[in-house]
Amino acid sequence: MTGTRRLAVISAGLSTPSSTRMLADRLAAATIAELSERGIEAEASAFELRDYAHDITNNLLAGFAPPALEKVLETVAAADALIVVTPIFSTSYSGLFKSFIDILDRESISGKPVLIGANAGTARHSLAIDYAIRPLFAYLHAEPVSTGVFAASSDWGGTEDEVAPLSARIERGARELAEAIALKPSLEAIDPFDPDSYLGAGKGFGHLLGGLAGE
Amino acid sequence: MSTQMQFGIFSVGAVTTDPTTGHTPSEAERIRDIVTIATHAEEVGLDVFAIGEHHNPPFFSSSPTTTLAYIGAQTERLILSTATTLITTNDPVKIAEDYAMLQHLTGGRVDLVMGRGNTGPVYPWFGQDIRQGLPLAIENYALLRQLWDQDVVDWEGKFRGPLQGFTATPRPLDGVSPFVWHGSIRTPEIAEQAAYYGDGFFANNIFWPKEHYQRLIQLYRQRYAHYGHGTPEQAIVGLGGQAFMAKNSQDAVRAFRPYFDNAPVYGHGPSMEDFTEMTPLTVGSPQQVIDRYAAMREHYGDYQRQLFLMDHAGLPLKTVLEQLDLLGGEVVPVLRKELAQGRPADVPDAPTHAARVQAVYGDGPAREARPNAAGGNNLTVGGPYQDTPPAAPKAGSAFGTAATR
Repeated sequence: MTGTRRLAVISAGLSTPSSTRMLADRLAAATIAELSERGIEAEASAFELRDYAHDITNNLLAGFAPPALEKVLETVAAADALIVVTPIFSTSYSGLFKSFIDILDRESISGKPVLIGANAGTARHSLAIDYAIRPLFAYLHAEPVSTGVFAASSDWGGTEDEVAPLSARIERGARELAEAIALKPSLEAIDPFDPDSYLGAGKGFGHLLGGLAGE
Repeated sequence: MSTQMQFGIFSVGAVTTDPTTGHTPSEAERIRDIVTIATHAEEVGLDVFAIGEHHNPPFFSSSPTTTLAYIGAQTERLILSTATTLITTNDPVKIAEDYAMLQHLTGGRVDLVMGRGNTGPVYPWFGQDIRQGLPLAIENYALLRQLWDQDVVDWEGKFRGPLQGFTATPRPLDGVSPFVWHGSIRTPEIAEQAAYYGDGFFANNIFWPKEHYQRLIQLYRQRYAHYGHGTPEQAIVGLGGQAFMAKNSQDAVRAFRPYFDNAPVYGHGPSMEDFTEMTPLTVGSPQQVIDRYAAMREHYGDYQRQLFLMDHAGLPLKTVLEQLDLLGGEVVPVLRKELAQGRPADVPDAPTHAARVQAVYGDGPAREARPNAAGGNNLTVGGPYQDTPPAAPKAGSAFGTAATR
């Protein structure tokens, strides 16, 4: 399994079944297919935030993640890329989605390619990806690909957009994410408790004190 | 007398409404109560009382050395400590002076836990920038060490004005500065700092699952050995903890639940059942507390100090004192015995002033700092005192019986 790239798929839909999750699954499958065409094996771990909603709130209040949520956070931190999909509520990402982003370690998604998806009842919300969600990931120093995939309810039928149908937009986003993943070396797990991580390779406490040569 | 492990209590120093009665104690009431609690800790056979430092309501504990000195005057054995001393926003010169003074007044019954604090505005209130928290902790402690270890200090750093020929007075009692622990719940650099100096490391161990602290303590132990202070097992570790007890565990659960549900920090969050499972909080019979805490060393290795958070969440004084009776009467004596079993001989005893003096001077006389006649002139050749200070005591295996093996 060495060389297998890991995708973490986060879906913030609230209903079951959820069209947010449907979009997330389509994006994940398309990305894996695009990677496969490039000879890169990949696997996806998908999480529905609804299942962790209480844990996320408890994390906000108590400052730590209960075990099940901790596993999600670890999977996100260890992933080579993220696929994130949120419903648009009141012109932006859902509160649950933002709360999840808020409990991530600040550094944990820095530099990661991200494919953003969103869904809403009508296409009138489609720019929310670019004015609300993309800046969030830019702030966290993640690297969202230029295509964001928005799905309105009508996209799941056939007639919404005959020029650029949902499937074509999914393929385009997936292709961009696959290219971004292919350009990056497989993520090495960084242990924050390894002295080389927090001091720099081969350095000692003297470097934190400043101005001291070696240790 | 040397003990393998010290047991005690630590207080945040907060004023909290009792959710069962609606009564909010006045600051005067809580300050009186904290003295009663601390003196009772000694009465029930505990070794340590530690208090936090905060600079905003609802906390009353802005001045730990004043509080600890008053408690010190009313106790005989109790070690007085902090939880924590803000190494970031206090002037290290004032820390050096205040705690050396306290050390003299209490006959050496003082140590400190250094921390960075958790109230953001404290930084600007004291003229600092919270983004510099870690560099402040590192530079300020480096200065504090010099002030305690050297009679005359020339200093220039980034965060405070320079010092030329400065002497922090009084000099540490017997020429041996108070023992220092470094507290952190997530920062590897602080574990590194504690290891570098051969100081102790304290994990508050109350709010988070043990895995968080395990990784930090493991790192501290490994780096302690890296810097040549001893083996990883000889590093000096302190842990916090939290318990509420009644003879019958269901009574404990029933009595504590309203306090838990409304507690600052975790109240209105996870259920008490989930929280007790995920963190070291134990609500139940004294035996349950014994079982939980006797197992701590399986996660962290044999350690030197165990403190419990007992006066918080609005618990009334009477309840806190009863909890201390159970802790000192039923829990700690058993824990002392259980944790002594199978404790390797080369694991150091808990640090005390007497053991640290012994480590520096053996059976010889300890330093008595007597200023030279040319008072105030720190730059006189030969220094401001009639003698020169001894080398700083070695930490770790130099304590207690382990030192002689």
